Amino acid sequence: MPDPYKIWTIIFFLGIGTYLIRFSFLGIIGDRVLPAWFTQHLNYVGVAVMPGLIVPFLVGTEATGGALDAPRLLAAVAAFAVGIWRRSALWSVVAGISTLYAMMYLIG
Amino acid sequence: MGLTPTSTKSAFWLGYRDNIPFWLIVAPFGLLFGAVATEAGFTIVQTMIMTSFVVAGSSQFTALTLLNEGAPTLIILATSLAVNLRMAMYSAALVPHLGRAPLGMRALFAYFLVDQSYATSINAYTDNPEMTLTQKCWYFTGSFTCLLPLWVASTFVGALVGAKIPPEYALDFAVPICFIALSAPMMRSLPHFVAALVSMGGTLAFIGVPYSMGLLIAAFLAMIAGVQTEKLLKRRAQYA
Repeated sequence: MPDPYKIWTIIFFLGIGTYLIRFSFLGIIGDRVLPAWFTQHLNYVGVAVMPGLIVPFLVGTEATGGALDAPRLLAAVAAFAVGIWRRSALWSVVAGISTLYAMMYLIG
Repeated sequence: MGLTPTSTKSAFWLGYRDNIPFWLIVAPFGLLFGAVATEAGFTIVQTMIMTSFVVAGSSQFTALTLLNEGAPTLIILATSLAVNLRMAMYSAALVPHLGRAPLGMRALFAYFLVDQSYATSINAYTDNPEMTLTQKCWYFTGSFTCLLPLWVASTFVGALVGAKIPPEYALDFAVPICFIALSAPMMRSLPHFVAALVSMGGTLAFIGVPYSMGLLIAAFLAMIAGVQTEKLLKRRAQYA
């Protein structure tokens, strides 16, 4: 059993810290105009962060519990391909999950 | 998307609707977090307060994993907060769209700024440049209203059911598929593809950098790569 004092400390500071990170620019800059070069880079925040977040799962780390197996890898490829093709999160999720379950049924 | 949000009400429902696919992601992720937290020795109260106060699944998992390993409090906090540093970039990216909203509203939006609300909103704002500030605010509100109750409820069910979830359900796949489904619709031009490739290549190259800082280094390089590709294409078009 972990120490409850430690658990509460972590919950409290992780919550406050995460909120401050989220509040940072949106809260402090507000309606002040950002320089054009800066907003031009901000247009790429999504594509610069989210594809990178997939990598640890593809190659496997201690935290992700190893690399993706064949069904999960195929499902990831299907989700990405269909998502780009349809430009839709819905079709991406549907393609990923159905491929995963189909492959797990087929290859086990 | 496709539909133009003409009224505030339709903007809310558009934001809500665009996030419905993520029910398939958020529900298993919440279940898994609830189950893992209970296994790690969290009470239901601790689990629920953490999940509704932090509202950032990946960092909550990181904190649990390190807690299980007996890491010191400061290390746990630094590592888990580093996982959330990407949200400062989301926060900055939303400034051109939501910066003119009143401070109280921005303070509220900050609390609900998660991967899904950021990604779906920024996609909608980019696809519909004629959206007004009010419509943008309602869209964002719709996006988190769609997912937050489910996140809290599924964590609760996970905490109650605990370790009894069969591994055949492959709930672990929820996280990678979430980021795939969030990034795929963002691939709207060649510079976006280039940025995505640099992001993945960079994260791979810097995977050994502690506190998941490799992801952030890769993200900065990817943004630069995207903007430079965009400039290069424009220059080419001028001379063609």
